Amino acid sequence: MTTSTSLLQSDRAARTGSPRPDRALRRRRFLLWIAEYSIAIALAVMFVAPILVMVLTSFMTGQQALTSDYWPRSWHPENFVEVFQRVPMLRYMLNSVLYAGLATGFMLLSSIPVAYALARLRWRGQSIALVLVIMMMMLPPQVTVVPLYIMWARFDLTGSLWPLILPNLLGDAFSIFLLRQFLLTIPEEYSDAARVDGCNELQVLLRVILPMAKPAVAATAMFMFFYTWNDYYGPLLYASENPDAWPISLGLVAFRGAHEVSWNLTMAATVIATVPIFVIFAFAQKAFVEGINLTGVKG
Amino acid sequence: MGAAPRSRLTWRRRLTVLAFMSPAILGFSLFFAYPLVATVYFSFQRYDLLSPPEYVGWSNYSYFLHDDPRVWQSIRNTMWLVVVLVPARILFALVISQLLLTVKRGSGILRALYYLPALAPPVAATLMFVFLFNPATGPVNQGLSLLGIDGPLWFNDPRWAKPGLTLLGLWGVGEVMIIILAALLNVPKELYEAASLDGANAVKRWRHVTLPAISPVLMFAGVTGVIAMLQYFTEAAVAAQAASGQATVGGGVGGLLGYPLGSTLTFPQWLYVQGFTNYYLGYASVLALVLFAAALVFVLILLGQFRDTIKGR
Repeated sequence: MTTSTSLLQSDRAARTGSPRPDRALRRRRFLLWIAEYSIAIALAVMFVAPILVMVLTSFMTGQQALTSDYWPRSWHPENFVEVFQRVPMLRYMLNSVLYAGLATGFMLLSSIPVAYALARLRWRGQSIALVLVIMMMMLPPQVTVVPLYIMWARFDLTGSLWPLILPNLLGDAFSIFLLRQFLLTIPEEYSDAARVDGCNELQVLLRVILPMAKPAVAATAMFMFFYTWNDYYGPLLYASENPDAWPISLGLVAFRGAHEVSWNLTMAATVIATVPIFVIFAFAQKAFVEGINLTGVKG
Repeated sequence: MGAAPRSRLTWRRRLTVLAFMSPAILGFSLFFAYPLVATVYFSFQRYDLLSPPEYVGWSNYSYFLHDDPRVWQSIRNTMWLVVVLVPARILFALVISQLLLTVKRGSGILRALYYLPALAPPVAATLMFVFLFNPATGPVNQGLSLLGIDGPLWFNDPRWAKPGLTLLGLWGVGEVMIIILAALLNVPKELYEAASLDGANAVKRWRHVTLPAISPVLMFAGVTGVIAMLQYFTEAAVAAQAASGQATVGGGVGGLLGYPLGSTLTFPQWLYVQGFTNYYLGYASVLALVLFAAALVFVLILLGQFRDTIKGR
């Protein structure tokens, strides 16, 4: 039920009904209001509770984490220091920053011009090119994994994160698609005006379109950064043999394996892996949410 | 006189397009077209990275059809997830989106809270859930025992591991929620008003106005959900390792996937085990082609949906 329709309904009741049904109606609507909010708040608690339990557990003693007592009896922020002492957490984070940072930078460098050509130039074969981009974006990465793994093994780059970073120099299908959807929304007049002023296409892109597409570029970069920061499958495939190359995703699972009973420390490590994502999101959520909607079809 | 500069101009334009497209052209050839063709080639070979590939005819395919001990289990698990998890996520997203539209005050904060879990890194989210659903002292079973229910063993019980993963998927439903919410907001208000004046009640309005208007988006969520489920790997892998209490990252991970009793072994996981733990790269190519065929069906449906945007402005 939407607001406009329920308002309309009450209008009609008020016009046609006597005062008594009106009061009954108001009572019913009040009860409905209570029910809606109870469900909405209960859901909010369910969505947030796991994160809260994680944070609370990360401050407990190891012993308490194994009990069904969920509020820390004493607070132990030193758990977060201990995580860094037990495993090379700093190294994992550095590897993750390197992977996510380079992949994102390379992606922007290579994907922006492609998206520009797909969105703002007209040429034969354009729609076929776009179909291929969508196929690359949607088909599971496991489909092409065997020959690619063999290729990277021949280059002697397995055991590192380079097989996951370098391909971004040649465009990332999802980013190209997302950027293209954004670039389509900029009116053609801006480009035309620049062309009349004698700009070539590169200048149009750099001087006119790119400054207008800053939120789009930010959103796309964020998607890429999150994807790579969270990536577990890729590093497991290419880097699991070399602990020095592990990003935080692999490090977390390994931590849990090596410190079976230390749920407090495992949760502390989990907090460390999660916080950067929440912080980045807090700063740029509007662009991010718009980005999610641009990936879809129109309703 | 006029023809020469125009053709020079055309060439200039073509070169510009080519230059702008060149990363994608190289990327497509090197990371998509070549590996697809090479996968077909390797599917007829026996290859383990050490000795040179050896032609073995159709035997990899016949191993897939007749002899692989666990591949059908992995296919059944992946199909279970497609049939249960994908619709459950869409239905749940639909219900909470509708709720968010009904409550007016505080819906911004509620929306942010509902979305938050979708941001948690999958490895972190799964570790949280294994802890929360820990059979003995975890909050979930403690809560259930307050209600007098004897909670299951969740990620340690073959019957409850996939439902546990489903709950994890529902918890991270935020992205689906955002696209459905946007679709619901896009339904023209006049349609509701017209339907109301025609005497349609809330249920009828939903059935005849809302549903048709948002069905392309529901379809989109369904198709992309299925494609995501066909590559479902991380959550199942982390849950298996964390619940079994023997998490490793090195070569041993292959043996832990599917815990307990193969109940969480997904198809792409089995591809990973056969290809990169056992190094049966020829056989893994067959599995990759099976995955390709399954995913292609849904990608083609999606391309049909994208027809308008592909055509351009």
